[in-house]
Amino acid sequence: MSIQVWTWILVGITFTLYIGIAIWTRAGSTKEFYVAGGGVSPLANGLATAADWMSAASFISMAGLISFNGYDGSVYLMGWTGGYVLLALLLAPYLRKFGKFTVPDFIGDRYYSNVARSVAVFCALLVSFTYVAGQMRGVGLVFSRFLEVDINTGVIIGMIIVLFYAVLGGMKGITYTQVAQYCVLIFAFMVPAIFISIQMTGNPIPQLGFGGADENGVYLLDKLDGLHRELGFEEYTSGSKSTLDVFLITGALMFGTAGLPHVIVRFFTVKKVADARKSAGWALLLIAILYTTAPAISVFSRTNLIETVSNKEYEKMPEWFGNWEKTGLIQFEDKNNDGLVQYLADAKKNELIVDKDIMVLANPEIAGLPNWVIALVAAGALAAALSTAAGLLLVISASVSHDLIKKMINPNITEKGELIAARLSAVVAVCVAGYFGINPPDFVAATVALAFGLAAASFFPAIILGIFDKRMNKEGAILGMIIGILLMLFYMLKFKFDWFGGGTKEDWWFGVSPEGFGTVAMAINFIISIIVSRFTVAPPKEVQEIVENIRIPSGAGEAHNH
Amino acid sequence: MNKLKEKKYWKKNLKYLTILLSIWFFVSFVFGILLVDQLNNLRMGGFKLGFWFAQQGSIYVFVILIFVYIKLMNKLDKEFGFNEK
Repeated sequence: MSIQVWTWILVGITFTLYIGIAIWTRAGSTKEFYVAGGGVSPLANGLATAADWMSAASFISMAGLISFNGYDGSVYLMGWTGGYVLLALLLAPYLRKFGKFTVPDFIGDRYYSNVARSVAVFCALLVSFTYVAGQMRGVGLVFSRFLEVDINTGVIIGMIIVLFYAVLGGMKGITYTQVAQYCVLIFAFMVPAIFISIQMTGNPIPQLGFGGADENGVYLLDKLDGLHRELGFEEYTSGSKSTLDVFLITGALMFGTAGLPHVIVRFFTVKKVADARKSAGWALLLIAILYTTAPAISVFSRTNLIETVSNKEYEKMPEWFGNWEKTGLIQFEDKNNDGLVQYLADAKKNELIVDKDIMVLANPEIAGLPNWVIALVAAGALAAALSTAAGLLLVISASVSHDLIKKMINPNITEKGELIAARLSAVVAVCVAGYFGINPPDFVAATVALAFGLAAASFFPAIILGIFDKRMNKEGAILGMIIGILLMLFYMLKFKFDWFGGGTKEDWWFGVSPEGFGTVAMAINFIISIIVSRFTVAPPKEVQEIVENIRIPSGAGEAHNH
Repeated sequence: MNKLKEKKYWKKNLKYLTILLSIWFFVSFVFGILLVDQLNNLRMGGFKLGFWFAQQGSIYVFVILIFVYIKLMNKLDKEFGFNEK
C-alpha cells in the first residue's frame, strides 16, 4: 500500500478515537469544563500533561533543530525538561492546594487586586495565542505533505476536530483525548527511532545507539564530527553560541516552562496535593522518553543525510528527495554544474538547502523504512499538534469566560451562562487560531520561542513570590510583572521585528540574544518586586493566611468556585 | 502549637528544595554549560562527557530528582500528619 493510503487509514482511526472519547467524556458543569471535575488520577494527568506539553515543535521541529545546531540544540533539551523540576518542586503542589481554576485566579486572589488579575489575563492570552498559531500551522504542514490536500484545507480539518472535542468536552474531554494522543505520538516517535538505531548501530535503544559505533567500530559522534570538519561545519559536539547565551536561553526556556498557563492548569485537575507532585513526576518521565530519543534521532538523521547526499549525483537521488523538493522544503541549485550535490558550510559554494522542520518527517524515508512507519509519523505529528492546541484553547476560553466575565464583568452570571460563555469563547479562539494557521504572520516561528521569554518575565516571579514570600504585596507584584513583560516585549520587538530603531547581533545588550533575554527580564522582575514590596504596605492579614495555608498540603479539598 | 508545627514542616521543605535544586543547577547549568569544554576531555563510551550531560544526563537526573522529592515529601507529610487519604 502507498504512503498516502496508509496515512489516511491511520489518521482516520486516530481521529475517530479522539472524537469517540470526546463524546463519552463531555462536560456538564463549569467545574468539569475548567478542571475536569478535579478527580483525574495522577497517571492520567501525567499522560495528559505530557501530550499537552509536547507540541508540533517538540515532535516535528526539535530533533531537526538539534540536528542542524549540534551542541547548541541542547538548550531545548535541558530547557524544556528542567522546567518540570521547577514546576514539581516550586509550583504544582501549592497551586493545587490553592485550588482555583486558572492562573489569573491565583494572581488575582493572592494579590487581592483586579489590576493584577487583568495583567495576568493579558499575559495568559498573549502567550497562548502566539503558541497556538504555530500548532495549527503544523497540522496544515502534515496534511499537505502526506495527504496531498491543500495546506489550508488541512488547517480547517484540524480546526473542526479540535473544535469538536474542546468545545464539547472542555478540560474533561481534553484530558482523556490527550491520554490517547500521548500513546499515539510516543509510539509514532519511537518506532522509527528504534528501526534506525538498529540499522546504524545495531542497538535497539536509541539512547544507547546515540553513543554507539558503526560496523567499523567508529563511534557515531566521532564520525559525525569528522564529516562536519570535512564539509567546513562547526563540530557537532561543540557549539558556536557563546556560553553566556546558552546559559540564558536554557534559563528562559526552563523558567518559561514553569510559567506557562496551559501547563500549570493541568495540576488543578487532580484530587490532592500529593497527586499534583506525583503527576508532575509522571509527566516528566513520559516527556523524557521523547526528549532523550530526539537528540539520538538528530545524530542519526544528520549522518544519514550527509552520507546520502554529499557529493552524490543529483540524478540518482532517492525518491524522498524529489518529494520534498516539490514542497520547496529541500532546494538544490547546481552552482558549479558538475551534476553532484555539494553540501557545504560555505554559503557561496553550498548547493543544498534543507528546511530543518522536515528532519523528523523525512527521517523514516531517508532511512528507507516501510510505508506504514512513515504514515505513523504523520499521525503522531497530528496528535502532538492537536493535543497542545486543545490545551491552549482551553486556557484562552477560561481566561475569557472565568477571569474576565465571571470575575470582573458580570459576577452574577449563572453556572449555565458561564458554561455557554466558555464554549463560545472556545469557538472564537479556534477560529482566530485557524485564521493565523491559514495566514501565518511570518513571525509565528520566532514568537513561539519567545512565548517562553514572555512567560518567564511575567508569571514565574509573581507566582514564586506569591508562595515563598509572605511579605510580597500587590504593588511589588504588579509593577514587577508589568516591567518584566514590557522589557521582554521591547527587546523582542526591537531585535526580532526591527521596531524602535531595530538593531543587529552586534547591538544586543551584553551579547544577550532575544531568546535568552527572558532570563534577564525575569531577574529584573524579581528585583523590582522585592524592592517595591519592602517600601509599601504589607498585604492584608487574610492574604498572609492564604499563603500560610497553601504551604501545608492537607485539607486541599477539590478545586472550587468559591 | 499548630503554628509551630507548620513552621517546622515548612523549614524542612525548604531544606529539601535547596538540596534538590542545587543538584538541578549543577547537572544542567554547570556540567552541561559552564564546564562543558572541560568535561568534554573525558569520555564515556562514544560520548564526550560534557555533551552527554547536556543532551542526556541532565534529563535523567531531572526525572530522578522529582521522584526523590515525591518520596521525601510523602514521608514528611506523614510525619507531620499532613497527609490525606
